[in-house]
Amino acid sequence: MDFNLTEDRRMLQDSLTRYLGDKYPVDHRNKIAYELPCHDPAKWGEMAELGALFALAPEDAGGFGGTGFDLMVVFEALGRALNPEPMLGAAMASRLLTKAGADQEALLSGATKYAVAVGEVEAPYELDEIACTATAKGDGHVLSGRKSSVYGGQAADVILVAAMLDGKPAVFEVQASDAQVAGYPMMDGGGAAEVLLDDTPAKLLMADATDALNDALNAGALALCAEAVGVMEVTHEITLDYLRTRKQFGVPIGKFQVLQHRAVDMLTEIEQSRSITIKAASELDGPEAARFVSMAKNLIGRAARLVAEESIQMHGGIAMTWEYPVSHYAKRLVMLDAQLGDTDYHLSRVVAGLQAA
Amino acid sequence: MDLSFSAEDNAFREEVRSYLAENLPKRISDAVRNGTEQTKEMAEEWHAILNAKGWLATTWGVEFGGPGWTPVQKHIFEEECCRAYAPRIVPFGLNMLGPVLQAFGTKEQQDYYLPRILDGTDWWCQGYSEPGAGSDLASLKTRAVREGDEYVINGQKTWTTLGQHANKIFCLCRTDTEVKQQEGISFILVDLDTPGIEMRPIRLIEGGHEVNEVFFTDVRVPVSNLVGEENKGWTIAKFLLTHERTGIAGVGFSMQSLEEVKALARKIRRGGRPLIQDPLFAARIAQAEIDLEAMKITNLRMLFKAQQQGAPGPETSILKIKGTVIHQELKDLARRALGPVAAPFPGAMTDGNIMFGPEGTSNNAARYFNNRKTSIFGGSNEIQRNILTKTMLEL
Repeated sequence: MDFNLTEDRRMLQDSLTRYLGDKYPVDHRNKIAYELPCHDPAKWGEMAELGALFALAPEDAGGFGGTGFDLMVVFEALGRALNPEPMLGAAMASRLLTKAGADQEALLSGATKYAVAVGEVEAPYELDEIACTATAKGDGHVLSGRKSSVYGGQAADVILVAAMLDGKPAVFEVQASDAQVAGYPMMDGGGAAEVLLDDTPAKLLMADATDALNDALNAGALALCAEAVGVMEVTHEITLDYLRTRKQFGVPIGKFQVLQHRAVDMLTEIEQSRSITIKAASELDGPEAARFVSMAKNLIGRAARLVAEESIQMHGGIAMTWEYPVSHYAKRLVMLDAQLGDTDYHLSRVVAGLQAA
Repeated sequence: MDLSFSAEDNAFREEVRSYLAENLPKRISDAVRNGTEQTKEMAEEWHAILNAKGWLATTWGVEFGGPGWTPVQKHIFEEECCRAYAPRIVPFGLNMLGPVLQAFGTKEQQDYYLPRILDGTDWWCQGYSEPGAGSDLASLKTRAVREGDEYVINGQKTWTTLGQHANKIFCLCRTDTEVKQQEGISFILVDLDTPGIEMRPIRLIEGGHEVNEVFFTDVRVPVSNLVGEENKGWTIAKFLLTHERTGIAGVGFSMQSLEEVKALARKIRRGGRPLIQDPLFAARIAQAEIDLEAMKITNLRMLFKAQQQGAPGPETSILKIKGTVIHQELKDLARRALGPVAAPFPGAMTDGNIMFGPEGTSNNAARYFNNRKTSIFGGSNEIQRNILTKTMLEL
């Protein structure tokens, strides 16, 4: 048993955290995050040089990481800085490319940006309700349908699309320039896209890809959990600073027990969030990945909303302003719950496992 | 990062598991499983079995007869004991006074008292809380006035757990009323046979006799019963609280309770199907299981830190707060799973503290009510929040 990070991972975490703190601070982030393409190409290249992308894939796929703990380290650092770059798509695409045994040098170097398109408007989380279809045409295939909430899709060069082929979900590579990609910035910063496919040419990456898609969704959900831990910790730190310095009735408001105890409850839930994320990370490549990832996403959905709402309430009016960073952190905490399965969705997956046992 | 236990730890777990399988009498584990409180005889029998193996005083140094386990081994031992439905080790002598005497006692005190704790000659109880001093323990008023070679004690202690079985009590007494509250307290050992002591039972919410109040009227004890220095008892009290906090998360007990709830929910039918198929009830179980799964890792993270730094830190208060709330939630679920079947009063109550209930109820209503205590005792969850405010949040 060892809860210390390996030397390599600690160095990656340190350098990424330092880089983002220095070069991608919140004011710059806010300039990028809310306007298309929600992406800073120069900084993206520098993050890639630091190894943030290479950490997503295992060595035999050209990376130097690829485990749940590697994802955890990268996304926690991104969360601390509220980074809007399209890393989630890259992480999920890397899982799919690794499973397919495809070359991903262009992804890991940062040269080509990937997004993954699974969800659809009426079934945002489900693999077994995919309506998008693939048809053989010539040497390849064409896809028709509409993909929704494609994170990073607004900036992607290549989109990996889940579509039905012979009654099973398959994964196709689509050049973004071949599809109709309607990008948009999100309420909490960062971008996504609706991807409209109409006999759009596509290259088959993997047929019968249910397992690989589930793995990519698990990895994506884990990444969001780790990101949330980073966001929550910083939100808590800023809130504590405020409690120490803001005076009312002649004393710092942190002297009031009603606020102290609520700040402790935030700490408790953040520690629980970190714990369940570590557990999910350790199980990501095991047979119970879905169960533990769902546990993590459920707990973090609850904790993140608590931290977001309490931090706003304990700050008072200032946290309602665009100017003050907590508003942006809080938005991220609330909105990431809806990405790749929310609190209730993941609870029902845990329930299903409980009932089947 | 690696969540797996080492090969040595796994081997140790196997050793503990097979030892418990062979040596824990079924009669005793059945009583624990059925939720009947342990009798004095059962506790003494189980202590003697563990003592013969050298596994009774898990927190003691090897030089005093402890097994010399790491924090992780202690954790594994506790987890396996819960899994096997072994009775809780009665902590007052073994996990509280023992470590205090080892850290603060004289050689004579150690040589006399420690073997008697191990072999069961003495059953200790705790004289800390008073009617006017609960969370604000330092305001305690029980007086010990020195007269020659004796202290004369007057006052009242309360919430004295299993005092009805005890022959000795360790007390915090005020020995100086002129100084700051914390600086006038002493830690004194008292023989319960001494004239002037009266112990009265307090009947608890569920009807059980678990705690007592103890009255002291001109009780004379030799000054050699003082532990550590006079007026330095508060230091000992604080030391003791950190020992009380090891295993405070109660993860093993919660895992036990979770399995009980699941088993009940599979057995009991509601709406034409097993209760576990009811989406609302299943969701409640699942959420408690998720919180417990996180708690297990939080507990291991803090164990790991304690093992690296040599002592548990103030963040263990998190374990107390969250661990008790999860356990209470599971006890509530067990009670709710039974529904009306949990209602019958546990019935006969004996001096041995045995409670009888209809078969299959496992006294779950009683256990639910009894377990409301866990967020109150050992420093209430609000006091734990005060500790965390000071130590972790620096507010």
